[in-house]
Amino acid sequence: MILNYRRGGLLLGLVFFMAVFLMKPIGISTQFVILDGILWDLVAPDTVVPDAAGGGHASPNAYLDRSGGKYAAAVANPLNYGFVLVLAMMAGAFVSARLRGGVASEERAMPAVWRANFGDSVPLRHAATFVAGFVVLFGARLAGGCTSGHMMSGMMQTALSGYIFAAGVFLAGIPVALLLFPKEVRP
Amino acid sequence: MTDLIFAIAVGGAFGFALDRVGATNPGYIIRMLNLSDLHLMRTILMGIGIASILLFATLLAGAIDPAHLSVKETHIGVLLDGVLLGAGFAVAGYCPGTGLGAAATGRWDAVTFVIGGLIGAGAYMLAYPLVAAAGLADGLSGGKATLGTIDGTKYPAAFPWPPGEIVGLCLGIVMVVVAFALPGSIRFRRKRTVPVE
Repeated sequence: MILNYRRGGLLLGLVFFMAVFLMKPIGISTQFVILDGILWDLVAPDTVVPDAAGGGHASPNAYLDRSGGKYAAAVANPLNYGFVLVLAMMAGAFVSARLRGGVASEERAMPAVWRANFGDSVPLRHAATFVAGFVVLFGARLAGGCTSGHMMSGMMQTALSGYIFAAGVFLAGIPVALLLFPKEVRP
Repeated sequence: MTDLIFAIAVGGAFGFALDRVGATNPGYIIRMLNLSDLHLMRTILMGIGIASILLFATLLAGAIDPAHLSVKETHIGVLLDGVLLGAGFAVAGYCPGTGLGAAATGRWDAVTFVIGGLIGAGAYMLAYPLVAAAGLADGLSGGKATLGTIDGTKYPAAFPWPPGEIVGLCLGIVMVVVAFALPGSIRFRRKRTVPVE
């Protein structure tokens, strides 16, 4: 049902190359900050304001305001390259899943390997993914990138940071997975 | 306007590819990390390798603008980030991109992952002044380094020789070779298997 590693790797490689050929390397995790900014600006409209000095945008939040208000500008105008790319990525995944017949309902609650190791409590799985999501995105912002931006795009460009990042991911990820998931399930 | 068309093309293809290689399925990610199924590991290595070969070949041919490269800064936070992300990655089976993709395919546990992620990113926005003051946010080890010098870019090189383009081509080839050489599984033990479907 899924592509083997040769075809799948070729497809993924072509996509990452296409991105840097046309515009710039793919990155995803920044857009979590942009969406937060958009939501925050809805609740508190002064979150992003036009920059008094130049033609750009500024924010009282130091993170949105950094790099000359680059993130603040993206919050003010969500129809920018990075944000639209993420929306299109979700649409692409949706279309692909539809075309292959969708995801089975028990899989939609949790993956089989989780069920085999932790049972089928839905609240437990949701609590785990919620906390994991918090840790992953907090971590991803710490270094300004995630699996796509740091690891795939970074290593593609021979970025030193990409190699260091990948080492951290697998140094932590492999022991945690070995500990939590001793029972394996074939697909 | 062109950049939005590019965003739709690249993003759409990326999401489609993520789903087709199995990366939107947290089972494949967890089973890569518990070493029982290296399918995604081989796919990722193959993908980075091919992208790297194409990138540096077109750079050498002068067919791509070196200004399109975007190298991130190397600092102590990068390793910490990797460790935090790796731990969460193993628990959930999602990273930021695949979590969003999986939520779009109808996985409910991915929706809570994304909500947790939005709150985590928001917490970082609030904590940023503290993180920056602690020296974790910017350049401890200096700069946006690449392994070798890439012509037409201003990135400092970690090693003076060989040229960055050659490094990129060689590492790309190495990654493709490793993808072929890796076994399908390191620790698949039949008797502990729980049958599915």
